[in-house]
Amino acid sequence: MIEDKSICVPGEVLAIGMDTLPGAGTYREGEKIIANRLGLAVIDGRTIKLVPLSGRYIPKTGDTIICKVIDVGFNGWRLDTNSAYSAMMSMKDATSEFIARGANLTQYYDLGDFIVCKIVNVTSQKLIDVTMKGPGLRKLDGGRIIEVDPNKVPRIIGKQGSMVVMIKDATNCNIVVGQNGLIWIYGEPMNELLAIQAIRKIEKESHMSGLTEKIKEFLEKNRKK
Amino acid sequence: MAYKERLNGRKFDEMRPIEAKVGVVKRADGSAMFKIGNTWAYAAVYGPRNLHPKFLQDPQKGILRCSYNMMPFSSSGERVRPGGSRRSKEISLVTEKALLPVLNLDEYPNSVVDVFIELPQTEAGSRCAGICAASMALADAGLEMKDLVCAVSVGKVADKLLVDLDYSEESYPDVPVADVPIAIMPNSGKVTLLQMDGEIKKDELMKLLEMGKKAIASIYEIQKNALKEKYHEVEV
Repeated sequence: MIEDKSICVPGEVLAIGMDTLPGAGTYREGEKIIANRLGLAVIDGRTIKLVPLSGRYIPKTGDTIICKVIDVGFNGWRLDTNSAYSAMMSMKDATSEFIARGANLTQYYDLGDFIVCKIVNVTSQKLIDVTMKGPGLRKLDGGRIIEVDPNKVPRIIGKQGSMVVMIKDATNCNIVVGQNGLIWIYGEPMNELLAIQAIRKIEKESHMSGLTEKIKEFLEKNRKK
Repeated sequence: MAYKERLNGRKFDEMRPIEAKVGVVKRADGSAMFKIGNTWAYAAVYGPRNLHPKFLQDPQKGILRCSYNMMPFSSSGERVRPGGSRRSKEISLVTEKALLPVLNLDEYPNSVVDVFIELPQTEAGSRCAGICAASMALADAGLEMKDLVCAVSVGKVADKLLVDLDYSEESYPDVPVADVPIAIMPNSGKVTLLQMDGEIKKDELMKLLEMGKKAIASIYEIQKNALKEKYHEVEV
């Protein structure tokens, strides 16, 4: 059996024997449990799973993501989700306002607008339905968008959002983190830059322990200037 | 001119020095470099991403697209004309076929994974170096793969069987030369690429495959270490 928290490459044998069970990112071949992708092996009781360390965003139901409007049709909008697939938002999911029949949809969301939305459904063919009905789902005006590795989003958010709240407080910026790796930052330009620096630092050092403390220090040091 | 020992002083089953690195192209989703002697391959993987034109899309699974390209200044002889050639088209195709058996793209219907293999300098064995680099890059891109792919060329010069032919051996004058590039999935030992230039006897081919398998075991270690090195720091 392989050590907990070790990096595994595809094809690597993680464990031999029927006592252990293959979890996500692994498969069984005879007695062996084999890695299915590059990842961090996590042993949880009797199961071994692989936590991905790289890769594009894969849309999942329930994710809150930041999307760009790429097309406007008769009954809705097509959105770029920063994955291989685009999402569709229908008129009735777009806003609580009444939209008259035949209305010009660009007055709600125009091409190039960024919006925060939530994935309602993903089909087997990766057709994505999103909605904007819900708390915090809205159009993003002003500010700037940066792109990060979607696998590092949990670290950027932190436990119960601790990390992102800390950056928000320190920089006085409004920040929305999309599960798909897009982050919207809005505030004073210098503060926006500081927030971006902090996020890049998290992305680069996401593996370190005591990261929250480090980022806190970094923010305090750079804010004084 | 009898062929008794290798011109470069290597043993018959010795490969050229190998160097591998992962994450060399920053903007790509996955990338890797694989150098074997003077043959250098860089591979960059993009995707899974949207595939156009639409008629190429497969609703069952994602498709893999490989492109093999020798840079104009890469060969030791004449300038390689830029752009695709009959040769590069073939090698792109066999690379794709060599990599597909390990990849699982069922989760990405209608999309494409693009692999670009660039060779800034070559001295024989370039398709093998390209496949080695591409398989590391695909793993780096976080795609679902059941194994890596390792490739090496084996062959025969005069009556000697050898591993990893370089250009001087591949083009050895006045004696029969056979060049057999192979790609193998190292854990299962399955062969995903087997080509041959020249003539060879069956028992010699079997012997060569055994020699190739040994070489591939050491290539696999190098690939594995290169991949782990990039993510090494993640280990807490």
